[in-house]
Amino acid sequence: MDLNLQELNATEFPVPVELEDNIAITSLSQLYNWGRRNSMWPMLFGLACCAIEMIATASSRFDFSRFGFEVMRATPRQADLMIVSGTVTKKMVVPIVRLYNQMPEPKYVLAMGACASGGGPFKEGYNVVSGMDKYLPVDVYVPGCPPTPQALLYGMIALQRKIDGQSIANGDDVPWYGEGPAEPTPVPVLGPDIIDPRQMDMIRRQAEAAASEAGLLGQRELPAFTQLVAATAVATTAETTEAGPVDEDALSVVLPTGGTPWAEAEDIREKRRLRALARKALRATRRAAQTEGE
Amino acid sequence: MENLAAPATKRLSIDDAIEHLKSSHPHAVKSDDREGYEGVIVDSDRLVEIARVIRDKLGFDYLSSATAVDYLGEGDHMEMVYHAYRSSGGGALVFKAQTDREAAQIPSLVSVWRGADFQEREAWDLYGIRFPGHPNLTRILMWEGFEGHPMRKDWREAYYEEEQKPFDSRWPGGHVHRAEEKNVFGKNVSYPPDIDLNRLMDTSDTAVYQSLGLGVDIERVMDKDGFETNELVVNMGPHHPSTHGVFRMVLTVDGETVTSLEPVMGYLHRNHEKIGERNTYLHNIPFTDRLDYISSMGNNHGYVLAVEQLMSLGRRYNPPTYRCEALRVMMVELSRIVNHLWAIGFWLNDIGAFFTPVLYFIQERERILDFFEAVAGSRMMCNYMRFGGLFGDLPERIKSVSNLTNDRVRDYNTMQFLTEMINERIPRTIDELELLLTQNEIVIERSMGVGVLGAEDAINFSAAGPLLRGSGVAYDIRRADPYSIYGELDFDVAVEQEGDMYARYRVRVTELRESVRILKQILPRLEATAGESIWADGKPGAYQPRVPHGESYGRVENGKGELGYYIVSAGGRGGSANPWRYHVRAPSFINLTPLGHMSKGHKVADIVGILGSIDIVLGETDR
Amino acid sequence: MYGTGLAKGLRLTLRHFVESYIDDLRYGFRKYHHSTDNFGIRQGTQTKGVITVQYPDEKIAVPERFRFIPILIIEDDDHPTRAGKDWCTSCGICAKVCPPQCIWIVRGNDPNTGRPVPEPEGFFIDIDICMNCGYCAEYCPFDAIKMDHDYELASYDRTSHHIHDKERLSKPNSYWRAIAPTRAYDEMLVRGTWEHKDAAKEARRGGASATRSSALSSAARETAPAATAATAAATAAEAETAPAPAAEVEGATPWSEDDAKREERRRRALERKAKRAARGG
Repeated sequence: MDLNLQELNATEFPVPVELEDNIAITSLSQLYNWGRRNSMWPMLFGLACCAIEMIATASSRFDFSRFGFEVMRATPRQADLMIVSGTVTKKMVVPIVRLYNQMPEPKYVLAMGACASGGGPFKEGYNVVSGMDKYLPVDVYVPGCPPTPQALLYGMIALQRKIDGQSIANGDDVPWYGEGPAEPTPVPVLGPDIIDPRQMDMIRRQAEAAASEAGLLGQRELPAFTQLVAATAVATTAETTEAGPVDEDALSVVLPTGGTPWAEAEDIREKRRLRALARKALRATRRAAQTEGE
Repeated sequence: MENLAAPATKRLSIDDAIEHLKSSHPHAVKSDDREGYEGVIVDSDRLVEIARVIRDKLGFDYLSSATAVDYLGEGDHMEMVYHAYRSSGGGALVFKAQTDREAAQIPSLVSVWRGADFQEREAWDLYGIRFPGHPNLTRILMWEGFEGHPMRKDWREAYYEEEQKPFDSRWPGGHVHRAEEKNVFGKNVSYPPDIDLNRLMDTSDTAVYQSLGLGVDIERVMDKDGFETNELVVNMGPHHPSTHGVFRMVLTVDGETVTSLEPVMGYLHRNHEKIGERNTYLHNIPFTDRLDYISSMGNNHGYVLAVEQLMSLGRRYNPPTYRCEALRVMMVELSRIVNHLWAIGFWLNDIGAFFTPVLYFIQERERILDFFEAVAGSRMMCNYMRFGGLFGDLPERIKSVSNLTNDRVRDYNTMQFLTEMINERIPRTIDELELLLTQNEIVIERSMGVGVLGAEDAINFSAAGPLLRGSGVAYDIRRADPYSIYGELDFDVAVEQEGDMYARYRVRVTELRESVRILKQILPRLEATAGESIWADGKPGAYQPRVPHGESYGRVENGKGELGYYIVSAGGRGGSANPWRYHVRAPSFINLTPLGHMSKGHKVADIVGILGSIDIVLGETDR
Repeated sequence: MYGTGLAKGLRLTLRHFVESYIDDLRYGFRKYHHSTDNFGIRQGTQTKGVITVQYPDEKIAVPERFRFIPILIIEDDDHPTRAGKDWCTSCGICAKVCPPQCIWIVRGNDPNTGRPVPEPEGFFIDIDICMNCGYCAEYCPFDAIKMDHDYELASYDRTSHHIHDKERLSKPNSYWRAIAPTRAYDEMLVRGTWEHKDAAKEARRGGASATRSSALSSAARETAPAATAATAAATAAEAETAPAPAAEVEGATPWSEDDAKREERRRRALERKAKRAARGG
């Protein structure tokens, strides 16, 4: 495939048109991200029905190696991307979290299909996890049951856009360039039901509170919580949708072009650029102050 | 030959066989005379003895399905339902054993049919019925330590909303919420009130090893040095590229040789049956798509057959039209082709032909999926069949309309597309497949004599599909117990005698050819019936059909083997809107029973091949 | 001889390898060119060689019956009487027939009388639960809910994006007619009019009646080609304003000939039926 230098060009610094094919002025993190996003290696990791569509995407008709998702690695230690392709069950989430912990950073998670995103049609089942994001940070969600190969490719491109928007310099974007190794995600425990160690305190409190009452924990509706649900439930009446404040998210959903996920990536990038400019200005004033002082 | 030599009792009709049973065991056997039920109820104390009579004397040597039903509020008892068939063909002898709900206990039939092994473990896991005499009665789909037996009618999941769908909260006051918002923990969990968080340990894994009788002290083994071979536990899966999904095998090996193997499953147990019993009858059709997600058409077919059997008990029932049946058969055969191409391809992956054959086969699969997408609306989850009909007739053209600027439009005549596929493209692919593999020395050496399963073992283990036919048992439900229009179609049952991996491969190739042969017969039938309604009643069926009381067992020969649906309609007046019991006899699940037996004595590298040659899909194994 | 099977197999892979290049040559250098119709050939039954779809530069247009996420049909903006009105009457059948129960409907009430009005106040679909089965569209008695063809829905955040509310779900009727012309036409035949059932009923009751509705339907049928052609525009909103280029109308209007073919087929089917009846009798 041809190397397209223009996609590397940072927009702030214009390059003469006649040189566009030969020269690109870019930032280090953009160059780095460009390399990174074009060599994402997914983990060979199929859970359920979506895995079959993932294989179809990898095979010759759709061929995601065109995007640098070249080789599927069976070991997490060589993978950059975990495509959670299918229903995540409570029994399976334990190995999945372990696998995730074994992946080297930077690592990404793509939730493929309704099940991995939010439980899917099997959500009500007693052995089903309501979405991978209950246990791991998910970067891209691809809806569909199952998503067609093209939908998955779209999600992968969305992931690449997301990577493009990340900066090496900014710790908020990429937690893994902080100091020291990242904290591993605590592995859930299979007790009477699955137990997330992060929720241990809460479970304990609930157990104490419920000690007097009979019945299972977790099935009770908390009064405070139902209120919260009522408050946050998406505006249901016509009046509120008309009169309510304009929600950025809702707006981007309605607009045909604004709904694409990389509008958000653009947003992030824009914010970062502004922040960088502010930093630059600050440095300049500091330097000016310094010279004055001298 | 065996049949000719067999005693006369082996050729009794099912009714006569039941009479024979009743007369020989007058107090222990009685007819099941509940409305819409069939078969006999056997005194559970004498179950093993009677089961032996059924198997040896009456000749019902093939135990197709064994499953539990919880009749809470409908008699308040538990029931095990067994469907036994003759491996020479014919209908089922259904026998049942009842037990109390509280101290549920039924003697194990593993000593009679080893195929009952996993099914009884499943009944213990999901229903809490104990099976005295079972060699390893541990949980199979959930983990050891899980609270409760979830398929019991009074067991409620964390996200429980109502007993049956449709839920009232959806309409007319359907204020949206996510189920986790209603749960204190924000997750799909609930804990017993007496949970002891101080002594919390994940015992599920150690329990697995203990249940296998693997008293292997892993520490001790690791301390050893030198080259002496040592018995060692090797764990494969659930994340392993060769296990075809999230399947796990725990093997003990002596050096490279496998001494024992236990399949561990449930990593994709998504509670199909529990959800299915909350669903209405219609709701279940798209859920069946997700069982064996390679051949969803076959799953649909089995389910609609089972429900149509129940519906035929009612007063007003029209059987599906001829065109409908022809279309069903065509779709099922196409998905069988997809299934076998996929199975052979991934089996070759397992034995080392990494991805070259698969990629050739997936190209053909894509063509067939294009057709499914154009007819049923989705590539994989076809959701095509309805009770007494189909989602829709064939479209005149496989046509797409561009709705995005860079879309590319295709437009083919459907019948022409099908004709080209069936007469040219698919046969050409099968020829290529044979050219590439059948005489290939590496394939032959890797697969001949590996993973042998004898004919008697195959029957006793309730093996089905190519696994059974590869062992020399010419048992194909399309011939043995014909359904739909298979009775009038001309095709041969593929059978090979050797019982090894290569024989299974040969069976699949032959079945590919036979499928094409069937499809070639379907084409003129489609042309002849063009214009005929696809609906039994001339119009689409109701969205909430009421199904008369009774039980039914619909089974079809799916790509992976015998796929059966056991459905009980009970409760409510004048028929039910939701199945009382919805059980899937999953070939992938039961075909794993002989895996340990077949693997013994082979090398680790052969194990993945043997698993691949069984052809499992985890959506169906774990349900 | 030992090894012949292997050699034969390898010859096959070699043939595949060579074939893919020969096939490329056949197209010249215009295999992926926009203006050619090579795509249909490459994805057809007669193809050989490389079949890769160069997504996102080219996409396989999905067939009409394709189903992804449901959408709600609303009346077009330029509709004379019912512009922007919902086709949905909030009867709740879709919510009942939905297998994973991912549809939530708030039935509208008349603020004065308190009685239900045939229009939903709120309509939500949780696409994290939706299994794309298409039942809602199949069993809707008003053709008000349809399965969309837009599969490009990946997002970075599911909490804010994955419950589609009424606003997000609503698409104008012309959009549906654009993405699925044949099906829309078949539905029209069943309904008997291009209009919504209720609107047609009202029109009949109003007296302006039969002539008007038939006039409307024929008018709609005439405008259909324009709508089909305008599908190149991504959204229906654009399709409303963008005039259809004449050249495209030429190429992409199967309507007139389709009608003729349909008539022909109907006639043939009737003949066959008569023949069968005669034989049966």
